[in-house]
Amino acid sequence: MDMPPPDAAVLAGKERIVARLAGVLPADALVADPAETRAYECDALTAYRCPPLCAVLPRSTQEVSAVLKICHEEGVPVVPRGSGTSLAGGALPTADCVILGVARLNAVLEADYQNRFIRVQTGRTNLSVTGAVEEEDFFYAPDPSSQLACAIAGNIGMNSGGAHCLKYGVTTNNLMGVTMVMMDGTVVEIGGAHLDAPGLDLLGVICGSEGQLGVVTEATLRILRKPEGARPVLMGFDANEVAGACVSDIIKAGVLPVAIEFMDRPCIRATEAFAHAGYPDCEALLIIEVEGSEAEIDEQLGLIKQIAARHNPVALRESQSEEESKKIWLGRKSAFGAMGQINDYMCLDGTIPVSALPEVLRRIGEMSRDYGLDVANVFHAGDGNMHPLILFDANKPGDLERCEAFGADILKLCVEVGGCLTGEHGVGIEKRDLMVVQFAPEDLEAQMRVKDVFDPKWLLNPAKVFPLAVSAGRRAA
Amino acid sequence: MKPASEAELAEAVRGAAGPLVLRGGGTRSIGRPVRGEVLETGGLSGIRLYEPGALTLVAGAGTPLAEIEAVLAAEGQRLPFEAPDMRGLLGTQGESTIGGVVAANASGPRRVQAGACRDSLIGVRFVDGAGTVVKNGGRVMKNVTGYDLVKLLAGSHGTLGVLSEVSFKVLPVPETAAGLIVSVADPAAAVRAMAVAMASPYEVTGAAWLPGTGVVLRIEGFAASVSYRAGKLTGLLAEFGTVEAESGAEAVAARWAAIRDVVPLQGGTGDIWRLSVKPSDAPGVLARLGAEAVMLDWAGGLIWARAAAGEDLRARMGAQGHATLVRADAGTRVRIAPFHPEPGPLAAIAAGLRAKFDPRGILNPGIMG
Repeated sequence: MDMPPPDAAVLAGKERIVARLAGVLPADALVADPAETRAYECDALTAYRCPPLCAVLPRSTQEVSAVLKICHEEGVPVVPRGSGTSLAGGALPTADCVILGVARLNAVLEADYQNRFIRVQTGRTNLSVTGAVEEEDFFYAPDPSSQLACAIAGNIGMNSGGAHCLKYGVTTNNLMGVTMVMMDGTVVEIGGAHLDAPGLDLLGVICGSEGQLGVVTEATLRILRKPEGARPVLMGFDANEVAGACVSDIIKAGVLPVAIEFMDRPCIRATEAFAHAGYPDCEALLIIEVEGSEAEIDEQLGLIKQIAARHNPVALRESQSEEESKKIWLGRKSAFGAMGQINDYMCLDGTIPVSALPEVLRRIGEMSRDYGLDVANVFHAGDGNMHPLILFDANKPGDLERCEAFGADILKLCVEVGGCLTGEHGVGIEKRDLMVVQFAPEDLEAQMRVKDVFDPKWLLNPAKVFPLAVSAGRRAA
Repeated sequence: MKPASEAELAEAVRGAAGPLVLRGGGTRSIGRPVRGEVLETGGLSGIRLYEPGALTLVAGAGTPLAEIEAVLAAEGQRLPFEAPDMRGLLGTQGESTIGGVVAANASGPRRVQAGACRDSLIGVRFVDGAGTVVKNGGRVMKNVTGYDLVKLLAGSHGTLGVLSEVSFKVLPVPETAAGLIVSVADPAAAVRAMAVAMASPYEVTGAAWLPGTGVVLRIEGFAASVSYRAGKLTGLLAEFGTVEAESGAEAVAARWAAIRDVVPLQGGTGDIWRLSVKPSDAPGVLARLGAEAVMLDWAGGLIWARAAAGEDLRARMGAQGHATLVRADAGTRVRIAPFHPEPGPLAAIAAGLRAKFDPRGILNPGIMG
């Protein structure tokens, strides 16, 4: 994966730049020692590493503004970083960049139950937002698998989803407002406790812009009252196609589960060995969860089980207790970790139309044989967001490259059947060069124009999202 | 001009000699008056793809809203955001198009639970001011590939591009709906009552306050569940007044169509304003507005007001949020910005985006102020 060569003038000016940053930050908020900057050399896409020029850990919007103003004046690229859990390399540094970590911006500023929102600093982790309102029986809906660690800043950057977005939507549907610092240090407020935009929907384009338009330091998030209860049902099928057809029938029947998760046999086996969730040994597994009162849950699950029965499930088991439900979800949420126990793996994130599911799984199977690499599938079936995990051996020469080529072929297939390259992880560097598969030059041009307006000098996270050749002229300007 | 295809639309924009007035069905014409050649999108009509099992629909921007709603209804599905029919309020005629709905980000009472039009919109194709066809998003509901221009285009009133095709996530129509009416006369108590309902786990899909009627609530879902939740809510809200049930699903549908289309404020000669505020600020704002007729939707977060013609109600708002002048004569809409003025840096970003997407400034120029 190519990254642009570092700006020699910036590297040569490190001492001056660091001294200027030291002038606006407390001593413990600036990391410039080469041994210490290594802590920021990568995110969760660990195959790629590069220590930054330095890292800053501001504690206020004012400090973020002061840092960006200096970097803007000095022409230094800035890579914003939440918790560094990006699987797409969204927070990968370049040697000439300042890493702007928001981890210390983690306060809850306001929790308003009457108006159902919470205002937080964006370094706060996803799960701790729910943690802050849980006592009042509220929750924050988007729940990426990394929710224990990932920061709201990164969630906004990547427009993160999770298992429950079939009902509750993704980050953009739950984000009401932001405080954002522009690259030149200007602080802007967009949205707030009221709904919708007075003019253009800037909030909509900021969410998911991968830290390329501004640094979001505070966010107003919609919170919801917890449902009275929730219960998953497990169902196993002897073919992926049958599981896919069952999902489609459930949706058509007018039931809207909060989550429909799918795992194939390799994934079921690895997860079961790791988490002992009690999953049946079968070709395809669905975890379907519904919410409501006990009676409401019974009614919905009754209907779902009726539909499933028409597809001859090899296993059909409703959770009998809170504990069992937790175990079922623990299995699903630890699927990636389970695969990590047995192999190195690369996790993909393409989305496909739900109707294309059987065909895509069949063709992934064929490619798996052609490439000689195993693949396990786990995904959000209700919305078509796939997470194929390609297994490889990082110590074996050529395996990573083969794995990346296989991954690229899967993503191209997703686009070919009417889907997209990434459903919730973001483009980062990982899918950057595949953008031309999904978008025509004029589509990319339209997106880059937005960055031209927010960040005319292209200093914010500049080497991400757009293929380097496509963004070269703008980055050099 | 009425292009019959996206290619013709691009050609028309490219060849335009001056400003274009973009028109879907012409039913929700708001904003500053624009002069120029009329460009109609009605020729870009037709449902391109509908997969009920995947909850997705793709249609030409000029497709009548009614056609889309009928096709969805035949499969027991619907657009979640309940687009208002503005003809009665604005005195317009014609057939609303789906592209017009998107361009206005038009969302009804269910916005409070299911999100706005922009939240259901998953893909767009549009022609920018230079006549270039651009696509963004697609036909899948989870997609973070590149910037989300889908949201940027929703509510842009044509100023960034002329929509040619739009894609939606749709939802099943619930088996039934029930309604409650709580006799609350005081707007402050009404907003508190709606907050209690919205903060309950009973999934209220509409919460409005109509002076003279009281707080009205809607619950949708499977029959047994709806009746269970209506019962629970009745108990929760008893402290605010007498709680009565609407007489049946048809009455509920009629009630919410009327709220959606702002029927209580139709007619009259004053200006119509639409204010988006923090719900708990609504009672204070109402008191300051001194409007001749009002109603609250979105649990208090949306204020509809009919006020004396020609007065800028923003001067009296005294709260965060924004106010749109939805109906007024052309002279007033020249004098008072129909869209809420934004602070300098945001206005500069918006102007910058328009300059990039429409360098000649020919797409509904100035409509958003």
